[in-house]
Amino acid sequence: MQTTTHHQPTTSPEIGGVGHSIPRVEDARFVQGAGNYLDDVNLPGMLHMAILRSPVAHANLVSIDDSAAMALDGVLAVVTGELMAAHNLAWMPTLSGDTQAVLATDKVRYQGQEVACVIATDRYIAEDALRLIDVEYEELEPITNPQRSLEADAPLIRTDKEDVTDNVSFTWEAGDQAATDAAFANASKVVTLETHYPRSHPSPLETCGIVADVNPATGQATIYMTSQAPHAHRTLFALVAGLPEQNIRIISPDIGGGFGNKVPIYPGYVVATAASLLIGLPVKWVESRTENLISTGFGRDYYMTGSLALDDDGRILGLRTDLLADQGAFYSDAQPTKFRAGLFHIVTGSYDFAAAHVTAKGAFTNKAPGGVAYRCSFRVTEASYLIERLIQNAAYEIGMDPAEFRRINFIQPDQFPYTSPTGFIYDSGDYETAMQKAMDMVGYDEIRAEQAAAREEGRLVGIGMASFTEVVGAGPAHTYDIAGLKMFDSAELRVHPTGKAILKLGVKTQGQGHETTFAQIVAEELGIPATDIAVMHGDTDNTPYGLGTYASRSTPVGGGATAMVARKLRDKARKIAAHLLEASPEDLEWEPGKFSVAGSPDASVTIQDIAFAAYTNHPEDEEAGLEGVHYYNPPNMTYPFGTYIVVVDLDSDTGVWTVRRMVAVDDCGVRINPMIVDGQIHGGLTEGFAKANMQWITFDDDGNCIGSNFMDYLVPTAWETPRFELGETVTPSPHHPIGAKGVGESATVGSPAAFVNAVIDAVAHLGVRNIDMPVLPDRVWKAIQNA
Amino acid sequence: MQININVNGTDHSLDVEPRRLLVDAIRGDLGLRGTHIGCDTTSCGACTVLVDGTPIKSCTMFAVQADGSAVTTVEGLKGADGLSAVQQGFSAEHGLQCGFCTPGMMLVSTALLEENPDPSEDDIRWAISGNICRCTGYVNIVKAVQWAAAAARNGGEEG
Repeated sequence: MQTTTHHQPTTSPEIGGVGHSIPRVEDARFVQGAGNYLDDVNLPGMLHMAILRSPVAHANLVSIDDSAAMALDGVLAVVTGELMAAHNLAWMPTLSGDTQAVLATDKVRYQGQEVACVIATDRYIAEDALRLIDVEYEELEPITNPQRSLEADAPLIRTDKEDVTDNVSFTWEAGDQAATDAAFANASKVVTLETHYPRSHPSPLETCGIVADVNPATGQATIYMTSQAPHAHRTLFALVAGLPEQNIRIISPDIGGGFGNKVPIYPGYVVATAASLLIGLPVKWVESRTENLISTGFGRDYYMTGSLALDDDGRILGLRTDLLADQGAFYSDAQPTKFRAGLFHIVTGSYDFAAAHVTAKGAFTNKAPGGVAYRCSFRVTEASYLIERLIQNAAYEIGMDPAEFRRINFIQPDQFPYTSPTGFIYDSGDYETAMQKAMDMVGYDEIRAEQAAAREEGRLVGIGMASFTEVVGAGPAHTYDIAGLKMFDSAELRVHPTGKAILKLGVKTQGQGHETTFAQIVAEELGIPATDIAVMHGDTDNTPYGLGTYASRSTPVGGGATAMVARKLRDKARKIAAHLLEASPEDLEWEPGKFSVAGSPDASVTIQDIAFAAYTNHPEDEEAGLEGVHYYNPPNMTYPFGTYIVVVDLDSDTGVWTVRRMVAVDDCGVRINPMIVDGQIHGGLTEGFAKANMQWITFDDDGNCIGSNFMDYLVPTAWETPRFELGETVTPSPHHPIGAKGVGESATVGSPAAFVNAVIDAVAHLGVRNIDMPVLPDRVWKAIQNA
Repeated sequence: MQININVNGTDHSLDVEPRRLLVDAIRGDLGLRGTHIGCDTTSCGACTVLVDGTPIKSCTMFAVQADGSAVTTVEGLKGADGLSAVQQGFSAEHGLQCGFCTPGMMLVSTALLEENPDPSEDDIRWAISGNICRCTGYVNIVKAVQWAAAAARNGGEEG
């Protein structure tokens, strides 16, 4: 596919199709405080739930005395693991085929694990009651890192499993070991990097929550839930709780950010639903921030070793990586069933070489479970980070500028579609053009010259780069599923008689602006102004089945479904137009918003005329109406890419580094709403900076979570966040109906390596090759001292 | 305890427990759901309201402490002639995505522009640094405040 600098819209601004930065329709309610988030849902008679969590990381549960809590005015129930077990609900399946405790019955396996729930008339009373529950624990050795977990004498964490004798949660490999061994045997140089991608947490500003409303008379369960995947959650509720699926309605209201945190089903959801079923009244549970940070889906926590085999000319011959995942107490990664380390095997990145081999092992520890794709397509972030760090170190090793090293190893534009050594088929790309644009924007050669001069003066300047390739848009149903549900997605479109339309989606926004951009796709395909199209999503009773929004799949999959259903309607509109114009359908020409007779442009009908006729004057051999549904199974994933360049100034006395420049050139194919795309990139870059600079969750030796609130878990404010300079190239996806690729996560995937590479580059001449994230000042200072 | 507070120009008399947080009085007792709760620890600013014109994190103030005060929430930003310049600016410059931090961000921005009608970028970044946004990277929030400042200078029309 041809790469251009910009996509020119083909519709008028009045229609507002693809390529127009039209304002968001969502904004009107949000700027007036009129959004409807989960905690804004209040139902008559609604009760409130609070959760008692384990204060210790690993202990046998000896006894629970809830008598004082039960005696408190306003308390209706204290739910324990014993009660849940009586209903066969003490354990639930995870998204990776493991089981997870809903409420502890035998022992607690991490600090923050759910032990009991109080149901009360008021949240204050429920919290009071938690303090009255007396739990006796018998403490066990906490395992706080996966290395200890795998030692022969480590205590067994999963004593709930029969026939399990160690703490290994999974093993997995991809690629070709023999070919990779041969590549390394032929190498003239081998460069190795060992690094840790630390545990992080998506921490959307709105925490997770539920209002479960089970009607005791009808059995109808209406469940309001902060869900990125409401349809999949409905099916999982049916399978877990044994409720008939037609009686379950999941409503995911406005979501205050997700970033992967709202993909799993959490124990609190199950208990609140069970409590509503047993008591017969609605039950609300909304997490506190601490509950969110210590118990719900974290991201990353991979210990990674990677080696590149190089020849004399600086060409990459092969890549070998070995991973150790700190899984927490339950294996609950959200990822396609086939791939036990997500899509980590995209680790060959933007580079053309023949051999790669990936081995991975997961270990249970006494930490919260998770492994969600935090603003990331299933472990692509870890993969991108490792290869882009390795590339810079390899360039140092052979004495080549990292940009030049990338250039000679890039997959070339004429190699697409390109099959990677681990089996991905890249759809399109032009890596050098994007890199050159970023280098031009930042003034690469000038900054390199300044860096050399600065070193003479004793100042440290670093230039870091990442030329990432991502894989998003899961995915083709033959390969990708979540818990067995194939990863297609859907759109239903109804055009009303007056030419206005409603679009219903299987995907669900958490702030990405679907109500605007998906209307623009319909506007592009049918010529109906985007402002005449309402978009509905998140309510399983009123939208077609889909797998939801995560892993940057909404535009690649849901967007594909939207374009395809609009094209179905355009085909029918052509027949109605032919009927109205008394012409043959083949003789009609389409331009956005109208059909006209070829050679007689005055003989035309608008899409609005056609819509009216569909209900008032339709052809006798056609069904009335103008509506349809499409389930889109994408033929391939999409492969957005780009180059990010960071310039830092580093104070060698303190180890403090500050970002002077941050240039980001993204190629996500055709941009539907450039304003919204830029906003996605800004947010992603900020999260990448956060992880490189400050944001992580760690644990002390007793398994206490350090990072359980926003005073210890540092997320950047406007003051620390760098300024960003954005650029674009446009290489359309050849298989996506409108040429778009996903973009919501590119910047989080690509940017951490650019920030860290910049810091390493500032001290590389001293021999420093690695500082683990977050690159805290004390770590930098120690690296300089030890160099 | 009985308290009297004026919220968005309307007087309210409430009977609240001494421990009741102002944010719970606003959301629960008055039903004004535009004020959000994001962290419970005074860190994120989603619950920001103006108390007698000063930005306050309402998760860390008891309702009884607001007795006798005038409180402005996001629902009070809109004037008789429509959305305020700050509200318009946030939409015009795409200063919001999920919208959860937006009410608090708009209230601190409103207070900033009251005090400093022509803030620099650093002034704006400092003023909003008690409020966390997880979506926007703050770039367009800064632009939104600049848009509102320019609109106010130009008589409320163009940014």
